[in-house]
Amino acid sequence: MLEYLWIVPLLPLLGSAVNGLLGAQWPNKYIIITAISSTGLAFLCALEAVREFFDSGQVLFHKEYFTWMAAGNFRAGFDLQLDQLTVVMVLVVTGVGWLIHIYATGYMTHEGGYYRFFSYLNLFMFFMLILVLAANYALLFVGWEGVGLSSYLLIGFYFLRKSAADAGKKAFIVNRIGDFGFMLGMFLLFRAFGTLDFAQIFAKADLWPKDATGQFGTLTIACLLLFMGATGKSAQLPLYVWLPDAMEGPTPVSALIHAATMVTAGVYVVARSHILFTHSPTAMLVVAIVGCATAFFAATIGLVQTDIKRVLAYSTVSQLGYMFLACGIGAFTAGIFHLMTHAFFKALLFLAAGSVIHAIGGEQDMNKMGGLGKKIRWTYATMLAATVAIAGFPPFAGFFSKDAILFAAFQSATGGRILYGLGLFTALLTAFYMFRLIFLTFSGRPRYDEKKVHVHESTWSMLGPLVVLAILSVIGGWFALPAFFQRPDYFANFLGPVFGVREAVEAGGEAAVHQLELILAGVAVVAALIGWAVAYWLYVSNPRKADDLAKSMRPAYTTLLNKFYVDELYAAFVVRPLLWLSTNVFWKAADVAGIDGTVNGIAHGAAAIGDTVRHSQSGNTRSYAVWVVAGAIVVLAVIFFWPSASKTALGLVH
Amino acid sequence: MVPTNYYVILSAILFGLGVFAFIFKRNVITIFMSIELMLNAVNLAFVAFSQALGKLDGQVFVLFVIVVAAAEAAVGLGIIILIARNRQTLNVERVDLLKL
Repeated sequence: MLEYLWIVPLLPLLGSAVNGLLGAQWPNKYIIITAISSTGLAFLCALEAVREFFDSGQVLFHKEYFTWMAAGNFRAGFDLQLDQLTVVMVLVVTGVGWLIHIYATGYMTHEGGYYRFFSYLNLFMFFMLILVLAANYALLFVGWEGVGLSSYLLIGFYFLRKSAADAGKKAFIVNRIGDFGFMLGMFLLFRAFGTLDFAQIFAKADLWPKDATGQFGTLTIACLLLFMGATGKSAQLPLYVWLPDAMEGPTPVSALIHAATMVTAGVYVVARSHILFTHSPTAMLVVAIVGCATAFFAATIGLVQTDIKRVLAYSTVSQLGYMFLACGIGAFTAGIFHLMTHAFFKALLFLAAGSVIHAIGGEQDMNKMGGLGKKIRWTYATMLAATVAIAGFPPFAGFFSKDAILFAAFQSATGGRILYGLGLFTALLTAFYMFRLIFLTFSGRPRYDEKKVHVHESTWSMLGPLVVLAILSVIGGWFALPAFFQRPDYFANFLGPVFGVREAVEAGGEAAVHQLELILAGVAVVAALIGWAVAYWLYVSNPRKADDLAKSMRPAYTTLLNKFYVDELYAAFVVRPLLWLSTNVFWKAADVAGIDGTVNGIAHGAAAIGDTVRHSQSGNTRSYAVWVVAGAIVVLAVIFFWPSASKTALGLVH
Repeated sequence: MVPTNYYVILSAILFGLGVFAFIFKRNVITIFMSIELMLNAVNLAFVAFSQALGKLDGQVFVLFVIVVAAAEAAVGLGIIILIARNRQTLNVERVDLLKL
């Protein structure tokens, strides 16, 4: 299987093609079979490939299948590679993706365009697998653009609704801005190293001297450009704006793309290029600061949102910020670990939210929910598990990964304490808004019309994936126990060949470090507890208190509710000037006046000349006779008085 | 032996008369005749040069011109008859229907 690694991405592509081309006439049953089996088989193939990879004991499996582009000494091939980092990504993408496919078969039952939906979903899987399996930046970029395309198609799935179509466009355009930087980064890397293959670039870059902090050498600029692409794809400041709007798509899409897989592409690229990044402290610092700022910024917006999916969207942005924070301080293992656990619990949160929305008849506003806990127990239980996981309570998955990141931030040399403090505060906020979501949705009195809305639990095709993901959310963190458990950190050892075994912080000795980690973990749990307690106090014991608080802090509250007016700022300073420029300069001046004017002007000129000259065609026989004679006289005159010219003319005729 | 000059001058005079009539006459048949006159003026020049240069090319050319002129006369007269039938006139000034 390992030799035939290309089968893994090909299967979803086949499923997409079959469903897209033939599915329109098919009953839903066949569409389900195609979609589920193609992704399921891809998952199994990936598992088999991973098993063979470990059996063979290679550090890096690399295979060139065919040359895609060759020009001079540049070669971009369809080359796939498999190493430990890829293994994590491939299994998350295919595994979680498969569960979401199963869930979607139930969720989308009542929707039109069933075949279209699954065709797009499979297409997305294909591109994501290309992205993570690619062995050079060019092929990675194919997947990178492809997931952008699929995301555009899926966000705008309900394209008759204007808001959905707009959200799709927004996602696409914002992503393009990031991609622009990514491409420039690729060009720069090619210029510096003459190749785009990961193995060759990293081998060469490893020998380069590190850029000093504040020095803008080739590597620093390349890293910053790559990171610009990552901010677009992974929804970081300042390009995060598309992700919350992307909630216009169907909920399984939010779960698959905007939580579990696509948005992690940026983190993956940074982790994949870790050799470049570690050579550039400046770029690392930028990554860490942007990540930390995004984590905090998005969490504050998440505090007051009332749309259940929007809260989760901002929480995703915030958690992605954690991952970048981890990468920025050099704790790539922790970042990837958080990526994995986040994929589990965030996919679960979205799917459970979808189940809630499904149960209550399409309502997404949490102010119109409440008291659902008793009616949809399975959804409640699984969503609670995910919430506890993301809030960071032991022994759930989120605790271990977030703790690892915070610990690494605390230890980091550059600005570590500030990053740690902000990260810790964000953890508190996270616990608050997640429990706020739980309390508003599942506790208290029903705020919907109980006579009209018939609350019903979802079918098992939807609950099954929820339960599996809930189990993963619980145990997913146990692969990387903190050192004070006196157990090997399986995950760090596992990723060791990729990132190099992290130098354990030696200062102060093992025991002191363990003690420090234990203390920090305790602090993190206390922070999460405070978040939970505040949420409980505001939304369960004193439900009116929340409104009073909102009233007493009206300016802050409205600012948060309006998401810091970022969309409005973008509209005023980016969108409207661009629109003005496009309308008045590019459209009306350049296109209409310039290009159309030239083309039409030539046509009008020809018509005007014709209009003048046609009067010589009088229709009068004698005037024609005069022209003939005049012409003959002219020819004769030339022959007589200008013999050389006439000879040249005759010579040309001969 | 008449000098070649004389023939050529006569030919030029005949051709000039033909051109003059071609331009200033209105009757179609007269115009037609002036064309014939011009053709024959050219024929005269051809024959004269042929005689002067002692080559037969000019005479052969004249035969071709006569043949073409005969064909042209047949077609041209046919057209003139149709014009006369349709327009009840032979005045070219009044045959200008193609004018815009």
